[in-house]
Amino acid sequence: MMLKIENLHAGIDGREILKGIDLEVNAGEVHAIMGPNGSGKSTMSNVLAGHPAYHVTEGRVTFKGKDLLSMSAEERSHEGLFMSFQYPVEIPGVSMTNFMRTAINEKRKALGEEPLPPAAFLRLVKEKRDLVKLDAKFMNRSVNEGFSGGEKKRNEIFQMAMLEPSLSILDETDSGLDIDALRIVADGVNRLRSADTSVIVITHYQRLLDYIKPDVVHVLYQGRIIKTSGPELALELEERGYDWVIKEFEDSLG
Amino acid sequence: MKPEQNYIELFNRNRALIDSGSAGAMNALRDRALDCLVRHGLPHKGLEEYLHTDVAEWFGPDWGLNPARIDMHVDMAQAFRCNVPNLSTLLYFLANDEFALSQTAARASLPEGVFAGSLREAAGSRPEIVERYYGRSADMDRPGIAAVNSMFAQDGMMIYVPDGVVIDKPLQLVTLLHSPVDMMVNRRILVVLGRCARLKLLLCDHALSANRFLTTQVMEVFAGPGSGLELYDLEETHNANLRISELYVSQEQDSSVEADFVTLHNGRTRNSVYVTLQGRGARLSLNGIGAIDREQHLDNMTFVDHRVPECTSNELFKYVLDDSATGAFAGKVLVRKDAQHTSSEQTNRNICLTRSARMFTQPQLEIYADDVKCSHGATVGQLDDRAMFYMRQRGIPEQEARMMLMQAFVGEVIGRVALEPLRDRLNRLVEKRFRGELSQCEGCRACR
Repeated sequence: MMLKIENLHAGIDGREILKGIDLEVNAGEVHAIMGPNGSGKSTMSNVLAGHPAYHVTEGRVTFKGKDLLSMSAEERSHEGLFMSFQYPVEIPGVSMTNFMRTAINEKRKALGEEPLPPAAFLRLVKEKRDLVKLDAKFMNRSVNEGFSGGEKKRNEIFQMAMLEPSLSILDETDSGLDIDALRIVADGVNRLRSADTSVIVITHYQRLLDYIKPDVVHVLYQGRIIKTSGPELALELEERGYDWVIKEFEDSLG
Repeated sequence: MKPEQNYIELFNRNRALIDSGSAGAMNALRDRALDCLVRHGLPHKGLEEYLHTDVAEWFGPDWGLNPARIDMHVDMAQAFRCNVPNLSTLLYFLANDEFALSQTAARASLPEGVFAGSLREAAGSRPEIVERYYGRSADMDRPGIAAVNSMFAQDGMMIYVPDGVVIDKPLQLVTLLHSPVDMMVNRRILVVLGRCARLKLLLCDHALSANRFLTTQVMEVFAGPGSGLELYDLEETHNANLRISELYVSQEQDSSVEADFVTLHNGRTRNSVYVTLQGRGARLSLNGIGAIDREQHLDNMTFVDHRVPECTSNELFKYVLDDSATGAFAGKVLVRKDAQHTSSEQTNRNICLTRSARMFTQPQLEIYADDVKCSHGATVGQLDDRAMFYMRQRGIPEQEARMMLMQAFVGEVIGRVALEPLRDRLNRLVEKRFRGELSQCEGCRACR
């Protein structure tokens, strides 16, 4: 089991947003989490990634057999959890090279490995850049500073490729992308898929799921998962919207 | 009793002694200096320019001076190595205010006509220069420490570069505070650049003994037409040092001056900079870094006077304040009526790492010309939380992420330093400072 979420309650500023999430993700699977605005999608990714502003009030999360919630954000990263940000942050004055080298070597340090030799680092950068078609110059630029929307998202996937996570959470990775950039991003994600890695795609729209085929689709609504089904659910949501699922859920409550 | 009274009496009692330990033009200025101190007193908190730094209070203890110039036995070469890797300099020392040169500087042959040496000696041997420039731009007729410094200063350094002479190798003046007892040190620096002369000067301010010091430093710079000066003033002293420095720069036509103030370790510091752009096309770049923590205090005040058309001034000051440190920055820019086509930019950005750190910033533009480009900006904030989380998500531990963000923050200022080996050195020093590895000045064996 890659990830097991049990009865997760969490929120921010004293407001409860997630109200009892249960979810299981096996190695090799791609799960899509869809839902209308304000359903708690971004809260869920932030809580899993360990954002310090969010507070868990109840429940357990087990990641590769370990208690995820007791780990700091950086420890989660070292354990193999990656989150692609909906809004990647600009960091003026920190070059991509310095940023990436520090990230890679801190992970290696945490795993008891030696730092990556410079030549090997450069080879790895080249290989992973090609995956998302980012040119060499961008490694000298400050992290995300002045990047276009498409470059920022490709940079997220580049970092994912560099860090080789076991679980990747893609938070609204399709937002603000034109169709070409979307293809490049999705192609990058698909090439990183394996039997040992899992992906959670958080999205409002079906669009990205045309390119990254999910095994399971969940609907998140008011902090709960109200429906879980196969990939056909995404298409149905695209056609019919969320109202019918919500109605179905409310009827079931009586 | 007014705080200056002690010093006026001390001066009157020791006048003969002070004169005998100095020379010529330095002595000639003392009467007027005394008169100015009597009239204006020492700068105190009641004055707007000294709102955050009560210099008069610093003079409160009855500081001892060394007018008889008793030898403090500082073996400079032994006591000190301020090695900037890959930066070969001609090294000079001021032990308190006593001038000395290193062996390399003694052996070096400077271009003909250049003088780099003791100001006291110059007052005797090169009176035509010292008389012409000494005390000419340091303004004693206003609240400040130019008067008290001019009363007591007996030595210091003079650098004179004649017309057309370029000194490629940077000159480095290491100022060392060393005394078995608490002491007041008054030092003076005079730099005169002829037409199209060029000079790079690095000042490194250190303390070798742990006593309390009150340091006054007055520096006058005359940048002739078309001349170029790179001036770096790096303070790495200790918590018991009170430093007040005044830099007066006057720039002629098409001259270019870069002056950078880096405060990496100090007690309480006030740096005042007065620049007069009096020749068309003069360019000024004025920058500063303050990395302060504990109870440290740093106050930089700059005043740029655009008197004539087509001059440029650029200012960038950045502070990182930790613990209960306090910082102040006041940047005045005066663009006079005739100074059309002035271009002036001033930025002050600050990060307070704790709730008890305090920063006061005050940009002040007075513009009387109508065809000018002037801008200013000031911010006080914290490290970017979003950037912190982003970095931690990628596996960079919180402490390391903070380091990288602070380094990047002041990196913008270091990027403006023209002297490349110094840039590398500053990056390294700043990193050590932020990691808490620079608790004393590096390079002083006494502090290790």
